[in-house]
Amino acid sequence: MIEDIELETFINDVYEYYGFDLGGYSRASLKRRVSRIMNLDGFSSFYDFLSKVKYDADYYKRAIDELTVNVTEMFRDPSFYKVLRNEILPLLATKPFIRIWHAGCSSGEEVYSMAILLQEAGLLHKSILYATDINTKVLESAKKGIFPLRMMKDYSENYRDSGGQEDFSNYYIANYGNVKFSEDLIKKMVFSQHNLVSDTSFNEFDMIFCRNVLIYFDNELQTRVINLFDQSLAVLGFLALGTKETIKYSIAEGKYKQVKKEKLWRKIK
Amino acid sequence: MEENKVVSNCKVLIIGGSAGSLHALMDILPNLPVIDSFAIVIVLHRKNSDDMTLEELLKIKSKTPLKIIEDKIPLDSGFLYVVPSNYHLLFEQNGTLALDSSEKVNYSRPSIDVSFEAAAEIFGSNVIGILLSGSNTDGTAGLLAIQKAGGTVVVQNPTSADMPFMPNNAIKNMTPDYILTPEEILKFILLINE
Repeated sequence: MIEDIELETFINDVYEYYGFDLGGYSRASLKRRVSRIMNLDGFSSFYDFLSKVKYDADYYKRAIDELTVNVTEMFRDPSFYKVLRNEILPLLATKPFIRIWHAGCSSGEEVYSMAILLQEAGLLHKSILYATDINTKVLESAKKGIFPLRMMKDYSENYRDSGGQEDFSNYYIANYGNVKFSEDLIKKMVFSQHNLVSDTSFNEFDMIFCRNVLIYFDNELQTRVINLFDQSLAVLGFLALGTKETIKYSIAEGKYKQVKKEKLWRKIK
Repeated sequence: MEENKVVSNCKVLIIGGSAGSLHALMDILPNLPVIDSFAIVIVLHRKNSDDMTLEELLKIKSKTPLKIIEDKIPLDSGFLYVVPSNYHLLFEQNGTLALDSSEKVNYSRPSIDVSFEAAAEIFGSNVIGILLSGSNTDGTAGLLAIQKAGGTVVVQNPTSADMPFMPNNAIKNMTPDYILTPEEILKFILLINE
């Protein structure tokens, strides 16, 4: 593992050379990520790694892509999706048009899950799913709708546990160890790069997902990002976070109402 | 039992286990009095679900109050913490807990190594790590990290473990400070900071 002082040097140099701000990232996690990349790429000296990052812009890009955590799954936490399906979609259904933002969407599994829910509720035709991440590599992959076939067993179980009634395999075509999800789902999605640390609000949404992204930020940055979501959310819109994340330290009490015990809040004023 | 530098200066007792470890834990936890001079953190390999069955069970069995882990809550002495399923648990310099949902380590999330290493990094000689029953290699590297940082390392006596593989793997690759049965682990914990 690298030293604390080395991590701070890395954060400062990345900001100085590329203007990319890692200052609000949780140190415990970032330290593991940096050590992991050094390991993966065979660096035994921190300073060799640091000069590679500083003087090789392509390598810097790779390092940043690897720093961000890209672990996600379809219908992760089925009970959460069940609440979406049964309680939230009927409320969204009354709107003439539904705008959804998946912030930090990674390889897109959650975006496809939501599109499937919307389609089953007969709402996909009037919905648009904006999916953003800082990592352009994962966005490219998300856009294609191609996922490993071996994951489909777990995903179809999650789908079923979330209240899904269809045959999950109807949503994709399998080929050579991969599956490709239906164009009907993909055509309602817009993928683009967005950095939660430095970019501003870009639209008003009826629902924002940001699940298991805030855990990589310190308290101060969490508060800033939650306020960015607040600015981007229509009144009576919903904010969904990961199962161990909360808005309670970041936003004035009374402005949001929690839906059941889920990490799902409705903006009430 | 001999006095030991860490036994008198413990801030965190971190217990890791896999298959068979709940059995050992049930011989230990319900017999402990209220602990107030350090925090207890439990990292068990568990099913990938969002339910709280393990938390509920340990809450009933422990006299030391359980605090449900959420991202960035403080780690306080006098409480029991259970690492949630599908997350790694890390420790921050400012005394808070941090969750991480990155890649599995040793096919596990939570991984015992990840939390042991993170505890060693932040708490150094003030951490005690205990590795219980299991059939996985997780935990050994973490115990080594704790030992290297000056902390104390305990491994469940493999003869007393439902699944001896995990403690055996540790004993094969390092020299624990103590190799103890669950009853002996109970006595050992009772002496911490006394």
